Amino acid sequence: MTGPKAFVRQELISALPPPLMASGVVLWLRQRLFSGVFNSVLTVVSVALLAALLWPTVRFLLIDAVWSGSSREACVGQAGPVGACWPFITAKLTQFAYGIYPETEQWRVDLTYLIGVVLLVPLLVPRIPYKIANAFLFFAAYPVLAYLLLVGGYENIGLPHVETRLWGGLLVTLVISFMGIIGSLPLGILLALGRRSDLPIVRMLSVIFIEFWRGVPLITVLFFATYMLPFFLPESWKIDPLARVLIGVTLFAGAYMAEVVRGGLAAIPRGQFEGSTALGLGYWRTMIFVILPQALKHVIPGIVNSFIALFKDTTLVLIVSIFDLLGQLRAGFADQNWITPATLFTGFAFAGIIYFAISFAMSRYALYTEQRLAVPR
Amino acid sequence: MNEKPSSKAAPAGARDIRTTRNEVAVDIDTVNKWYGQFHVLRDVSLKIMRGERIVICGPSGSGKSTLIRCINRIENWQQGRIIVDGTELTDNLKAIDEVRREVGMVFQHFNLFPHLTVLQNCTLAPIWVRHSPKRDAEALARHYLERVRIPEQADKYPGQLSGGQQQRVAIARALCMEPKIMLFDEPTSALDPEMVKEVLDTMVSLANDGMTMLVVSHEMGFARQVASRMVLMDAGQIVEVSEPASFFSAPQHERTKLFLSQILR
Repeated sequence: MTGPKAFVRQELISALPPPLMASGVVLWLRQRLFSGVFNSVLTVVSVALLAALLWPTVRFLLIDAVWSGSSREACVGQAGPVGACWPFITAKLTQFAYGIYPETEQWRVDLTYLIGVVLLVPLLVPRIPYKIANAFLFFAAYPVLAYLLLVGGYENIGLPHVETRLWGGLLVTLVISFMGIIGSLPLGILLALGRRSDLPIVRMLSVIFIEFWRGVPLITVLFFATYMLPFFLPESWKIDPLARVLIGVTLFAGAYMAEVVRGGLAAIPRGQFEGSTALGLGYWRTMIFVILPQALKHVIPGIVNSFIALFKDTTLVLIVSIFDLLGQLRAGFADQNWITPATLFTGFAFAGIIYFAISFAMSRYALYTEQRLAVPR
Repeated sequence: MNEKPSSKAAPAGARDIRTTRNEVAVDIDTVNKWYGQFHVLRDVSLKIMRGERIVICGPSGSGKSTLIRCINRIENWQQGRIIVDGTELTDNLKAIDEVRREVGMVFQHFNLFPHLTVLQNCTLAPIWVRHSPKRDAEALARHYLERVRIPEQADKYPGQLSGGQQQRVAIARALCMEPKIMLFDEPTSALDPEMVKEVLDTMVSLANDGMTMLVVSHEMGFARQVASRMVLMDAGQIVEVSEPASFFSAPQHERTKLFLSQILR
């Protein structure tokens, strides 16, 4: 009898396609929603809850809503349940969009928006070339142009001065968010690099800056910038109230951004620094070409999180008497002509939809960017 | 070959050979380095002539990687001098940049930039450090990728390549700066056994072209084939320096004998 022989494969097994996956709606339902008694109960309860919440909302906003009219009369005294009072929004739309920006000058705001959109859209679509020129126009030239257009002060070419205390509504919300966003990211990057620097004084100053701004509430910052700062600064240093708030918000958001970016920097292995250093790329080139592109990509979710938080935090400027979208809305509630049971809910629903739409757009675009930048491995 | 007396004893007189300065590629002169209290490099002196291939071996923790990382100042040291191609490495950043342009380095873990394609990895430094036009840099990169026999991978990302291919890209990337001296820090240690040969072959062909090379490696077959001199380090010091023939057949120091007996079983 011969012992167990060594195994030698005679022919190699060729690759086969994977077995057909069972699919279809029913299977998906069974696997995801009804994979057991407990899960089935959960599914039914969740659907019931959703319906219970969704149905009254839809009824209020759409079905029972009043769509036309010119005063509160349209929204009160009708039979049936109370619905949203949309004429209120229509009547106040100009204020929500521009505040009390002079009516004859509102085209300047529209033009600013238009230029913004024209510059932003090609920047967001990856296929469109000239990204560097485009980015320069949007992030550097556009703010200056927008400033000239919105503030004005050139009677002779038809751009009279419009004081910022007349600005309001969505205009203020967008100005503060936009400046906060494009100011806080570079500031945050510099602070994060500073905090990881080998130079002790740079590091110390960055740490002090970050910890200071993270340690005080935004409301305090706004109060200080608006009411206290003028006492400390000499009489001739009159800074516009909106500009003071802008600077406060930017520095505040920059400190948060710095910590987000620092997290990304910490995730880059030391070998990347060494590889780049050995090639003779100095500190800044190493950072710009090797480290930051990787680090920022890692923290896109965190960066966008900060952007969205900043966007919604702009509503706090109401407490220093700057009327952003939400502030303008509340001013509208005080109007005797529009006091109805539904005004408050209609107004907040309207503001909620706008804030949600913008935040959600930012979030989805960030997700798209994240997937686009994912390196194949 | 460039035969040099062993600098084991680091004779004081060896330093003033200023006439042959151009022949000396790297002059390491009584370098001492500490990590905190730990004395990693102890009185290390070594003179590497142009065109020489030095293979440094020794047990782990003996300071061999630290030593070659000092040559392009990725690591700093506390005492002693290192002169690379006539430029002394001091705290002067200009001198350091100058040396780094002339010295290429290949790492154990490749350290390729994962967010850039192979071609971009190779052109980054020529474009931004040497200020070559993009077209020239790309032509040069393709030339060296050809040289390491992976021209077809130019547009892939490092993560899509095998370890051996990545290491060859790393060699090409270093060569794109047209360095006078190449440092290899355990270039095959992180590779699967089947990929070691392709990297070593690339290094052999580089050696045959007369490149000055400092290689930290335990690939003794490679060492026998290309080394002009072998260096054995232990506990932060150079224990033995000799030609490969005598190094392998008649090691002088006890530590060398022990080391060789352990790795050449």
